[in-house]
Amino acid sequence: MDEVLLRSLTPRVLTILVRRGADFAAAEDAVQDALVEALRVWPDNPPRDQQGWMVTVAWRRFLDAARSDAARRRRESLISVEPEAPDPGPAPGSDDTLQLYFLCAHPSLTPASAVALTLRAVGGLTTRQIAQAYLVPEATMAQRISRAKRIVSGARFDQPGDVATVLRVLYLVFNEGYSGDVDLASEAIRLTRQLTTAIDHPEVAGLLALMLLHHARRAARTAPDGSLVPLAQQDRSRWDTRLIAEGVDILQAALARDQLGELQAQAAIAALHADAPTAEETDWPQIVEWYDELVRLTDSPIVQLNRAVAVGEADGARAGLAELALLDTSLPRYTAVAAYLRERDGDLSRAAELYAEAAQKAPNLAERDHLTRQAARLNTYRSR
Amino acid sequence: MAKYLLLKHYRGAPAPVNDVPMEQWTPEEISAHVQFMHDFAARLEGTGEYVDGQALAPDGAWVRYDGEGRPPVTDGPFAETKDLIAGWMVIDVETYERALELAAELSAAPGAGGKPLHEWLEVRPFLSTPPTITE
Repeated sequence: MDEVLLRSLTPRVLTILVRRGADFAAAEDAVQDALVEALRVWPDNPPRDQQGWMVTVAWRRFLDAARSDAARRRRESLISVEPEAPDPGPAPGSDDTLQLYFLCAHPSLTPASAVALTLRAVGGLTTRQIAQAYLVPEATMAQRISRAKRIVSGARFDQPGDVATVLRVLYLVFNEGYSGDVDLASEAIRLTRQLTTAIDHPEVAGLLALMLLHHARRAARTAPDGSLVPLAQQDRSRWDTRLIAEGVDILQAALARDQLGELQAQAAIAALHADAPTAEETDWPQIVEWYDELVRLTDSPIVQLNRAVAVGEADGARAGLAELALLDTSLPRYTAVAAYLRERDGDLSRAAELYAEAAQKAPNLAERDHLTRQAARLNTYRSR
Repeated sequence: MAKYLLLKHYRGAPAPVNDVPMEQWTPEEISAHVQFMHDFAARLEGTGEYVDGQALAPDGAWVRYDGEGRPPVTDGPFAETKDLIAGWMVIDVETYERALELAAELSAAPGAGGKPLHEWLEVRPFLSTPPTITE
């Protein structure tokens, strides 16, 4: 059975239930029950109308739950006037699903809760799958999701939301990578793709392009032993040219609308990297220009740090170090960038020290090992 | 979200402010301490911040390889000089500040006289998986 297809029904079915008067939290529980039921029943007895089947089962579950709950007696009388097994009706437009994205990215939620709720309600993942992906116990994730549902249950379902918040949540999902049973990067791409059909916004397209362009390099980013392969050393023949072409097309269409945003600018930088046949042929001057745009749009110190690297490539290590000197040394990866630029400038002993120092500060194992190897490489080389 | 390890020490950490060995507490004080830890863990499960917690026996041993075909070497009866871990809790929280806040709360577990231990806890971030986007 196509689990992805099944999951893609989730937000639509959930929206239909809410439209019929179910409160969000109860509707969401009912849809999850229906999903589990579908996984059990469909392999032997696939329905012709999958969405209709899901709506019927989920609605029945919702009614059962509402009936068994004495405190909801008032609501029971409300729904008893509804037909017992309602006709699923025509498939709702994609606009309905859009509201679900906004609800799940509601500003009153913490980013972690918004991510969990989006994966569950829009993505249709089970609590267990989400818990696995984030390496926490299922009970913990269940609580995180119920809290999130309680928080947004008071929010009006038809309120227009903030696209930027939704995009940030999807980007967080994408960035989480590949741990666990569910590939969160692919899931984020699927949800963003679905979002582009519901909303016409250049930054949504920008995020999709950015994700596709990064995803295209996935196979080349790690060696078989799991160690990081830096961009310049990646085997470009392993990049997924189909994804790159799609990302570039989407980006160009977005840029043509002349409403530049942060995500489009980031995607443009990714596209310039993807476009270079070799690392040496990278169009660094143009990348610096895009970083200038990004600095203008975000004023983020991390962007300025990345810009210093690009300047170092475009105008030489000295120019990069001069840019770096203007920034706060406590920025994440500052020391790693300093090490790289020192090495390019020929100061190998200082570079080795800085690589070792950067390794101490690395936030994850792959980066720490990578930086330790860089230090070791310079130290071994110099002692010979 | 990021995961942090909160380490409780038998030895090796600075002495707690309320420094009375547990065997000199009243049974009720011990129960109150244990209950506090349970409640703390349950509350973090409720906020979606709990990952794991375990208590460890105090008698650990150092072990190393001693060459092909030979039994492992242990360090013998020198355990009292070592830094020993009494137990740990793993939390998954939004920020480093939140990790410190929770560690401080855990450090306020009641000890002798029902007063907070003010125990020193070690807080260590987990190394995460690399993000999809680094370059």
